[in-house]
Parts: sequence; C-alpha cells; structure tokens
Amino acid sequence: MLLIYCPYCEEERSELEFRHGGDAHIARPTNIADITDEEFAEFFFLRDNPKGLIFERWRHIHGCGRFFNAARDTVSDKFYASYKAGEPKPDLSAVHPATEKTVETYEATEGTAK
Amino acid sequence: MRKYSVFAVAREALRGHKGWEPQWVSPEPRKEYDVIIVGGGGHGLGAAYYLAKEHGITNVAVIEKGWLGGGNTGRNTTIIRSNYLYDESMDIYEHSLKLWEGLSQELNYNVMYSPRGVMMLSHNIHDKQSFKRHIHANRLHGIDNEWLTPQQAKDFCPPLDISATARYPINGAALQRRGGTARHDAVAWGYARAASDRGVHIIQNCEVKGIRRGPNGEVTGVETSRGFIGAKKIAVSASGHNSVIMSMADVRVPLHSVPLQALVSEPMKPIFPCVVMSNTVHAYISQSDKGELVIGAGTDQYNSYSQTGGLQIITHTLDAICELFPMFRRVKMMRQWGGITDNTPDRSAIQGVTPVPNLFVNCGWGTGGFKATPGSAHLFAHLIAKGEPHKLASGLTLDRFRTGRLIDEAAAAAVAH
Amino acid sequence: MSGANRIAGQGRLTPARTARFTFDGKSYEALEGDTVASALLANGVHLVGRSFKYHRPRGIVSAGPEEPNALIDVARDTARRQPNVRATVQEVFDGMKVTSQNRWPSLTFDVGGLNNLMSPFFAAGFYYKTFMWPKAAWEKVYEPVIRRAAGLGTAPTEEDPDHYANRYATCDVLVVGAGVAGLSAALSAAATGARVILCDEQPEVGGALHYDRSVTVDGKEGFVWAQEAAARLAAMDNVTVLSRTTAFGYYNHNFVGLVERVTDHVARPDRKAPRERLWQVRAKRVILATGAIERHMVFGNNDRPGIMLASAARTYLNHFGVAVGKKVAIYTANDSAYEAAFDLKRAGVQIAAIVDSRGKPGDAVLNEARSHGIEVLTGHSVVDTKGHRRVSAITVVRNGGGGKRSITVDALLTSAGWTPSVHLFSQSRGKVAYNAETGQFLPGTYAQDCLSVGACNGTIGLQATIEEALAAGELMARATGNDGGEKVELRGENAFEWTGGMAGAAEGAGADTNVKAFIDFQNDVCAKDIRLAVREGMHSIEHIKRFTTNGMATDQGKLSNLHGLAIAAETLGREIPKVGLTTFRAPYTPVTFGTIINHSRGDLFDPARKTPMHAWEAAHGAIFEDVGNWKRAWYYPRAGETMQEAVDRECRTVREVAGLFDASTLGKIEVVGPDAAEFLNLMYTNAWDTLKPGRCRYGIMLREDGFVYDDGVVGRIAEDRFHVTTTTGGAPRVMNHMEDYLQTEFPHLKVWLTSTTEQWAVIAVQGPKAREIIAPLVEGIDISNEAFPHMSVREGKICGVPTRLFRMSFTGEAGFEVNVPADYGQAVWEAIWARAEALGACAYGTETMHVLRAEKGYIIVGQDTDGTVTPFDAGLAWAVSKKKTDFVGIRGLKRPDLVKEGRKQLVGLRTKDPKLVLEEGAQIVADPNQPVPMKMLGHVTSAYWSENCGHSIAFALVEGGHSRTGQTLYVPMPDRTVAVEVTDMVFIDKEGVRLNG
Repeated sequence: MLLIYCPYCEEERSELEFRHGGDAHIARPTNIADITDEEFAEFFFLRDNPKGLIFERWRHIHGCGRFFNAARDTVSDKFYASYKAGEPKPDLSAVHPATEKTVETYEATEGTAK
Repeated sequence: MRKYSVFAVAREALRGHKGWEPQWVSPEPRKEYDVIIVGGGGHGLGAAYYLAKEHGITNVAVIEKGWLGGGNTGRNTTIIRSNYLYDESMDIYEHSLKLWEGLSQELNYNVMYSPRGVMMLSHNIHDKQSFKRHIHANRLHGIDNEWLTPQQAKDFCPPLDISATARYPINGAALQRRGGTARHDAVAWGYARAASDRGVHIIQNCEVKGIRRGPNGEVTGVETSRGFIGAKKIAVSASGHNSVIMSMADVRVPLHSVPLQALVSEPMKPIFPCVVMSNTVHAYISQSDKGELVIGAGTDQYNSYSQTGGLQIITHTLDAICELFPMFRRVKMMRQWGGITDNTPDRSAIQGVTPVPNLFVNCGWGTGGFKATPGSAHLFAHLIAKGEPHKLASGLTLDRFRTGRLIDEAAAAAVAH
Repeated sequence: MSGANRIAGQGRLTPARTARFTFDGKSYEALEGDTVASALLANGVHLVGRSFKYHRPRGIVSAGPEEPNALIDVARDTARRQPNVRATVQEVFDGMKVTSQNRWPSLTFDVGGLNNLMSPFFAAGFYYKTFMWPKAAWEKVYEPVIRRAAGLGTAPTEEDPDHYANRYATCDVLVVGAGVAGLSAALSAAATGARVILCDEQPEVGGALHYDRSVTVDGKEGFVWAQEAAARLAAMDNVTVLSRTTAFGYYNHNFVGLVERVTDHVARPDRKAPRERLWQVRAKRVILATGAIERHMVFGNNDRPGIMLASAARTYLNHFGVAVGKKVAIYTANDSAYEAAFDLKRAGVQIAAIVDSRGKPGDAVLNEARSHGIEVLTGHSVVDTKGHRRVSAITVVRNGGGGKRSITVDALLTSAGWTPSVHLFSQSRGKVAYNAETGQFLPGTYAQDCLSVGACNGTIGLQATIEEALAAGELMARATGNDGGEKVELRGENAFEWTGGMAGAAEGAGADTNVKAFIDFQNDVCAKDIRLAVREGMHSIEHIKRFTTNGMATDQGKLSNLHGLAIAAETLGREIPKVGLTTFRAPYTPVTFGTIINHSRGDLFDPARKTPMHAWEAAHGAIFEDVGNWKRAWYYPRAGETMQEAVDRECRTVREVAGLFDASTLGKIEVVGPDAAEFLNLMYTNAWDTLKPGRCRYGIMLREDGFVYDDGVVGRIAEDRFHVTTTTGGAPRVMNHMEDYLQTEFPHLKVWLTSTTEQWAVIAVQGPKAREIIAPLVEGIDISNEAFPHMSVREGKICGVPTRLFRMSFTGEAGFEVNVPADYGQAVWEAIWARAEALGACAYGTETMHVLRAEKGYIIVGQDTDGTVTPFDAGLAWAVSKKKTDFVGIRGLKRPDLVKEGRKQLVGLRTKDPKLVLEEGAQIVADPNQPVPMKMLGHVTSAYWSENCGHSIAFALVEGGHSRTGQTLYVPMPDRTVAVEVTDMVFIDKEGVRLNG
C-alpha cells in the first residue's frame, strides 16, 4: 500500500484515501469537436505506459477531494514529486535518471547477486 | 525428439532417469531469422510452434529476456473458459478452448488441461440478466454455458454458501462445463519443446534493447543484450512489457500495465471441485492438483511494473472468498504474487499489424491471456506468416480505437442501475 | 516428569505446570510452554507425519517456523480445527487434539507408502510425460487419483466461529525480531524517544538465545538478559513489544503486515478475545533482525525421524529440557553443531560421534570436543541411515572412500551452516548480494528505508552483532527526528565463534549417485531431482523450482532453496550467483485468511445501504432486492400472493389509483455557483442555460467516447442552483466524473458540487390520485396542474417540514417526487401513506416501477443500455443538443463506428403469443433456422408481463432496429423459438395524456 503526499493537505496519507486518475498532463483539446479521429484516439486512448518515471493524477477522494499530480517510478513505485493540479511538470532530471528503453531481466529484478 | 509416454518413463525409471534429453535446445543466435518473436511466454512460444508446424516457417527465434514462461504465463490462476459475449471474443476464446482440448496430445506434453467446469456466480437481478445474455449468445454461437439454480450450483460446488441471509446471496450461476484449468508452466515448456523440435531457436536471457529499422521504415532486426540479431519480421508478444518494446519502434499502443495479484493457500486434500468466479464481489478460486486453493484477486489501481502490490488488494479478494465460502476462514495463505497485465481501454486484446512494416503485435490480453494461449498463438502465427489477420482475429486490430469499434466485454456487463 | 525424555534440571519450563493433549487419539502429558514438537519428543514420539509425494515417515526437523515435516492438524472442537500447523510453533494447551496428516489408514501403516517403492517412476516432472492416453482419462481417472494423493491436511468444513482483529499502527522504528540484535536495536532506538514497535514470532523474546546457553550479555545468561530487556522496553511509553507476532509481509513504502497469535496457545480463551490480530504497520524506518536458519545436510536417506537440525536439538534441551535421543551423532559442515554435542553431553546424553565433512574444523570446538572425550571424525561423511520409524544407525565413510562403518544411534543432528533470513529484505525489493566467502546471500542494495542487522545481515560474532544493532537503532531513530536519550552500551560474550558451512549435496550424494538425498523434505525433492531438471534443459533456477517443486511447500524452501541452488550451480558448472535466487514472496510463514480479512465478514463485509423508509417497508412485508450496495423494496406481496400477482396488482393500482415508491436511492448532486448552468451544458448532452428556475429536464450524460454514461432529471432550483439526480448505481461515479472535469478541465468555472444522496429521502407518489393524496399535506406550493405542470420543481413544506417537490414521472402517470430531509423521510412517508391507503393506493417496489416505466417506453441506463450505446442508439437523439459547440462526448459521438449504419438500436418487441414473456438476455435472430454459429442481431434488455396492456412487452437492442419496425424477428430458446414483432417503445398512453393530467 502506497504512502502518498497530498499537496493540498500537505501530508502523507495511506493509499486507501486516494483514487488513481490515469496519466497527468493530458489536456482535453479546447476545440475537441473539430479534431480528427486520429487525434481523438491519440488524446483518449494512447498512452506511453512508461517503465520508469510516470506523471499521473491522483484524487484524495477520502480526504480533501482534490485532484493533484504526482511523479512516480513505475518500477520501484517510489514517488519523486507531488504537486497541485495546474502546476507545470517538474524537472526531475536531477533526482531521477532518465528512463532508459531497456528491460531488466527477471533475474535482475528478482535478486541475482551482483 | 524422443516421444514421452508411460513406457519412456518406465524405461528411464530403470536407469535412474539418465537418458532424458533437454526439452529444448538453446543455441547461439543466428545472424538473421525469418521471424523473431519477442517474448518467450505461452503466446510467443506457441506462435513459433504453429509457424513451424502449419506455415513451414522454421527459421524462427523466440527471444526471452528472462526465463521461458516467466511472465504472466507462469503467474496466473490458469482459468480456461470461452463463454464470452461478443462474437469476436467468442471466436477467439472458443478457438482456443478447442485447441486446449487436444493440446497435451498435440504437443506430446501433459499440460493437464482439466475441464472441471467454470462457474460464475450471479448475486442479483442485474447479474442474472447479464449471464443470461451470455448464455443465450454462447448457445447460438455453439458454446456450452448453462444456467444453474442456487441448489444446482451448490451441488456442483459443495463448499458454496447459498443461504439467503448471505450479504450477497446467490440467485443462480452460469456454468461452462468445458471450462477449467491447466498447468501453466507445462504450456510454456510443451510449446518450447515442440517448437525446438521443429527447428525454432529458443533464446533465453536475451533482452531486446532496440528495434532496428530499414530505409522504408521496415524492421530489420533487434538490438539485444547479446548483440544485433537480424529479422525479416518481428512479432512482439511480451505481455507486461509490450509498451516498452513497441516504443522502441516508436509505436504507441493503448495499454496500461498494472499488477494483477493472486495467492495460493497451503495444500489440502481435495475440497474444491471446480472453478468459481464472482464478478460482483470480485474473486475467483479453484484448487490445484497439489491441493492449494488458487485465488485471484484484483489489480492495483496504478500503473506499475513491479510484480508486487498492496496487501489491501488481496485482503479485498479474501473478504469475498470467505464470504462465499465461510469454511475457508481458517485456511492459510501460503504465497502471494503479482503479474503485470497489459490492459487496453476495452479490455480486449490487440493482435494485428502495426504502422511499422513487418512489425506485428499481440498484446493487451489483460487478465485473460492464459486461457487464450493456444488460440492466440495459432492466430498470431497466421498473422505473422500471411501478413494479415486470420478471420477469427480480424476484430482485434489496433485501428478499432480510431473507429470506435470496440469489443467491450466489461462495458457490456455494465453496472447495477 | 512429563515425558520420559525430559531431563531434570534442564530447560526453562516449570515441571509442576502440566497440560494434557492427544496425538492420534493417544493421550500425552506436556508442560506449559511446550510446543507440540517438544512435548512429543519428551514422550519419545519422533514419527509425526508423512511426506507429500512418497509418504515417507517423517519426524521433527527443526524447532521453529522453518519446519518442513512436522505438520499436524490441531483441533479445539470440530469447528476450531486447523490443518497444516507446524508442531514446532504450536504451543500445547490443555485439551488440544492433535492429529497426524497425509496418511491412511494410520501414521504407522500408510498405504500411500507404496509410492516410496514406486518412486523410481515418480521422478521430478514425470507427470508431464505421461497420463495423456486416452485423452479423456486425465480429468476422469489420473487427475482425481493424483489429487487425492496430494494435498496435506484436510480443509475445515465448518464455518469458523472464531473472530479476528485488526489494528493500524504507525511508528518511527519497527524492529522485526527480538533476538540479541533486535533487542539491542530496539533499546538504542527507544532511548532516543522514538516510537518503537518490536515484534517477535516466538512466545518469548531471545531468538537464538533460546538454545545458545553459552552467551552472556552484560554478565547475565543471554536468555535472562533478553527477558529483562524486553520487560524494560515494554515498560516504556514509546515502545510496543509484541510477542507471538510474525512480520509476514514487507510491502511498499515501509508498510509491514504483522500477525499476532492471541489465543491459540490458551486452553480456555476468553471468547471476546480475537484468535489472531492483524497489525498493519506503517513505519518511518524498519530494522530487520530476523536472524538465520540452520540448513540440514544433504545425504542418502537423510529424512528419517530422529534426524534433525543441531540447533533444534539444543533448543529442545536447553529451553524445553528434552533430550532428543539417548545416543546421538552429529553430522556437520560447520562449527555451530559442536555446541549441540557439548550441551547434550553435559546433560548426560551419549554422543556417538561428531562426523565433520570438513578436514579442518575450527580449533576451538575441536579441542573442546576432545576435552569432552567425544569422537570427532573429520573429513568423514554420513552417507546412509537405517531405521523405519526412527533412525537406528548411520553409515559413515571417509571422504574419498574407505573407512566405512556403521554407528548405532537414535538421533542424528545435522548442520550444513546458516542461511540468513533475507525474506523480508527481499520482499521490500532490496537486492541481495552473494558473499562467496561465507556462501551466503546477504542484503545488498536497499530499496526502502530499512536496515538489516545481525545474522540476517551476515554479521559474525556476538559483540559485532550487538554493536551493529545498537548503531542501527540509534541511526534509524535519529533519522526520524528523535535525538534524546543516552547512548546504550551492551557487552556480550559467547563461547565460540562459528566458522564453516556448505550448500548442496554432501559426500555420497553427488552427481554420479542415485540415492534419496532430500533437499526439500515436504515436497520430497532430492538432489538427483535437481540434476534431472538441469539435464532436461531447465537452466533457470525458476524453471528448476517449478519442475521439481523445490521450495514450493508450506515452508517455501527455508531449508531447501540454497541447497537446490548449489546443486543446480554445480550441475550447470556455473557459480551460484550466476544461477540466481527465486523470488521471496509474502507471507514469510502462512497467514490465516480470517486474520487478513478480520472484521470484514457478514454485515461488515460490505455494509448494506438502507433508505430512511426501510424499516417501514420491511414491516409492510416488502421483499428486497440488492441494487449496488442498496437494499431496495422489490415488491410487497400480500398473504398468498405470488410475486407476479403482487406486481400485477401494484401495476394496476398505480394506473387506476396511485402508488407510493421509495426513490431515495437515486443519486443526488447539488450543483451550485454562477457558472452552474454552463458546467451542466458541458457535462450533459442537453442545453441547461435555457432551463428556467422551477423547471426540470431529463438529461443524458456521456463519457468522452460518446457512450451513454448516466441519465437523470435535473431541476433548476435557482439561477445558480441545480438539483441533479443520477441512477442509483451511478451516483458515486457521476460525482467523480463531474469533479474530475470541474477540477481538471474546467477549473475556470465557479461551481461547487455536493453529493446529497443521503441528505434527501425521496417519496414518489404516482397515479391519477397522486395530487389528491399529497394536496392536504403540502404548504406554500400551488400544486394545481396549471401552476405546477409536468417537469416542475418547487420548494415549500410538506407535513410541516421543508421539501423540494418535483412534478415528474417515471411511470407515465401524473406524479410527484417528494424530497424531504432524510431524517423526516419515514414520518412524511407514513403521513402520505395514511392518505394513500385511505384512497385505495398501494406501495410499490422496483419490479412494478420497472414494468410501469417500460409500458411508457422509459429506459433504464445500465439495463437497456450498456457501455456501448450512444444516445442515438437509445432513441434519445432529441436530448442531444445540436447547437452546443462542446460537451463531454461530442467528439466521441462522431467516430466512424458510432455513426455508421446498422448499429444496435433500442426498440420495442411484442411476442406473437401475447401471453409469452421473453427472457431478459435472450438473443434475437432474423433466421431461426440458420446453422450455428448464428448471426445474432441483438438481445432482449427488458421483458415483462404488462397487466395494464394485457400482453407482454419488451425492449431490445437490435441491429438497425429503428428501421425494422413491423418486422418479425425470432428469439431462439433452448426449447422453442419465439416470434416477435419490432415495435416502438411506448406501449401505453402514447399521447402522454395521463402524464399531464
């Protein structure tokens, strides 16, 4: 069970209080009625699903009720940032190394000796 | 390949089992293959087998970053059924079920397919409407699925609590008698052995790090931890990591990967004769041949590649199991684990061509990939060989997210109103 | 003395405090504090179980949670029976019934033992190679036989009467394990003022101090010091000490699951006390002091009863006062086992020999052994044993050949070395690293805020362990902001430093042999099985595990994993770290389902929601149906009525007189603010800015992909205030959906959303006499048809309490929906009911509601639509604004597949046989005689007998349905085919006269 920092309540709370809200920073097009089918599929369906750093939405549904964004590593599940909705994507290059397009072997993820 | 039989076992028993050969060979990779399949799970190994057997394409390598069957093939609760709703789903899962029925003999490898019956519990009027819709659709499609009264359900599965005072009383059940379970590892090993016997190269501990492209954008091979390996065609079937692999060819697929958890109890003498699922309370259970109750469970709510998950997920599952089967409260959980499932927006798989020439994808089987293994593998082989989908898989294209022609089994179940 | 093998003056139990228990029906005496294992050993019982596959006789191997063999069934009564209990952990209580497992007809004569004779056929993975002919025989013949032979204990068959508890806890430092290391860490952490939780799986703290009597800490015997230290800690306000508490799972973000066994050791437990308690601990820092587990030696027939771990024998002697034999040999590859010989010798037990596979043991222990006059055979190995129900002799050879001799013994103690318990570290996703010097996998890279100390960290030496633990305790406590207190210092001494250890097969069980040298006792996995797996191409340790089942038993390989790995590595010709470890998964030891779910059962499993009028409904005979979490009145049968008769009567009464219906479960959301209308314009397909205050409108909500998500009537209370209703099941998700858009896509809008579902009780009064019924009760609202037409809303009073009164209808009759604050719901209902009953009206339930709305052609989202239906499909095109430039779903609706011809559309159906009611879910075809698989056009979504129409009615989703009106289609049922005609969806009062009356 994750421990999640709510930037509105300014404290860490248990995952039980939160609802995941999918990828962050995907703005609904203001001219949505006019976009093409491809653009709509891109907006609504296609996701990076990164193995590594993901920017995602959470809602503190059993707390303050607010949506906010967080940056988390999808391999370690460690959070790197948690910030209010509407704030720009933080630059995390200093704390989180760029995600390589590589896949760890199962041995590596499951504990082969180094 | 030395044939497996009771006689072979007896012969080996008399000489200390010294004469068994490796079930598959793991040669050094060639410079180039006609087809490289990325992902050594049941789907990938099965596709290699059918490519060799049915399409005569044997210059094939299956590349696996870890060990064969180490992804979702070896981490699932092994439920097999075909009683889906939509034609596209029924087609592919029934095709698969028919292959399951003869798979041990086909592969000369006992995959322990056991049609012990999959029973889905109905708890309210909405469930009943939904199951009846499935039952009628299945019957007209030629798939067995029958409605049981609560008493019939209890007769079929004696541990079931059908008392009216239960929090979620049971008002009936849908039973597919041909549904059941199989031995997951054996599926990977059986396909690997049979494919290897037909000349397919099985290459483990080989991680794909990139996909190389030609002048026209077509694929030409894969960069791996063991160097570059050329390929005329690349077929990706790396459940849990398909987004990662496809991104190497700059293809985005509508997937999100989440951990799906499962657990087993300590082994006990036979107590549970079939598979029982309840979508309303969300849990499913069967008993393995070793005697463990195999229980599945929910997915964590967030994207993760971690093969672990929160205690609260299995807690919720066990809540449901103990509510349905109060006698199991004193049973003990022996092991819990997670697999990474690739989920599409409509919870149906994607199998088809991609915008990149000669790159094919088989992904998004979500939580239903194991039961689809032989069928998916068989149709994927057709796709790879012919360059276009088999008619049974023609609805599974990537394009449906543009057109809106989704195969939304989950949406069809709707919710209580 | 309780048991012939109890030695006076040995052990820490009190001789006077006895308890009686039975094992396989025979009564035995034990001492309070005994485990079942120690009590059985005290009584000379070594044979306690049968193995999984070969049904070989098995005894007690260990004295702790790693026990693979001694699994028993423990019962208090028939319902309180527990299979697969480790005898080495379960404490004896007076009156307990213990039964052996996996044998038939008895433990001493087990027919399954035949498997042992057949074992050459049952090599690892043999079942993959056979049982395939004939095809159907697997499920019918082979599998049932295999299943009966497999499994261990028998499952409980009665509902568990015990209850379980749960506690969430937070702390600064959680210390797992209360041996020397854990206690030291806890002492130094606690001294800073940090909030500390210390847990240990045993009844008493001390860990290895249970058996290691040579240790002193601060000048006291180790075990005594440990009890005093624990008492000191327990007395501190900032410390919680939990005994009998196993940390079983280390989850994300320092979330650790503990299970506390509360009453399983008590003869007559307080029935109010939980059997077990789950602790869900979120710790800022975790210190793992989980110790190490001794491994057995792997050699031929190493599994006979009476062969056990050296440290276990020391525990039985030094803690329980029990000698495990009268003439004992030791077979070891490391120094620690020598101390077992010393302890036993001092207690008067004859030591037949110490067989050490090493040529050169540690000098200190060797000299000590000689001073005791014990024969030490260095460079020798035990290669075989004899004895059926208990070991009777061992065969010893000199390594490399020669010197073969047989030694008579009644117990053999083995030790191949110590495996650090990195289970929890590994679960925390830390990466282990192999230390080639000690042959141990040790914590390498940490993934969470934790530290390992002592034996589980590979730390050697008592003082080194203490110092490491003290430092870790202080470091971790300070890291959580606690910096008070004085530094803790401790001084420990022990007799010997231990060296040595091996993993894998010992002499005589090597690659060229075919002996049964067990590595996994419970699953009967031998060294040769690992080699067979490798021979068959299983080169990954995960494959080897799965092929042989090594480490997959209830002990999860605590003894066997390293042995299996070493043999695999040797066979593969690779180094151990290159072969890799299998994954450590939770739980560390098995955990009761009941403990995990604790309070979540029965009513608390998923609390039911009841409306304010529920009690009245129940008292008036309502039968309820489950709708989501709600209990809704389904129908109100009178004496002797069937459901159909009751529903027919209710349907008739509503149309002829009137009826009362509890609509409180409908979701309600208060949408308030200057931009409320604009917000609803975006959330619904309809236009809301044109709705006047005091009026209502039916609204359709889509998802962005264009499919119908929810519907409901929305009333405009004021310019800036809307009363939104949703479907019953949709309330929470609609609220979320609105919040999501409001907060993240349209944050510029000044709107506030409040869920008011529970705030309002809703009483629908429907039918020709509805107005007459409520008229005298309403104050301040003119409810005449002219002043208060269909689809209006007013605020006023009813029965003296505030109301939002809606003029609306889901029946097609003139009707009202009375919203009153929930607390007044039942009183207002009763007041209305008094009038209604007098006028001949009835109360009706959801079934009648469904029929009446279907007669009128109203759909139910979620029944007549699923997640694949557009408003056009549902015949609701009129509700989709053509003027708006934006609303959620506007673009999704235009996608190619959503606008193409031939989509499934909602229509009415009438059966050619008017009496026949279709089955909901039945499929529809054009040609019933076509071969299977048939082309299905759609399905029946709703079907009822309409008493008011005098015929059955139905809705269906049918391909191209809107252009099929008048066509005959077919519904093929198993027993017949039903012909139906496609109609429109309104079966009664097409003009809407009644509605507006």
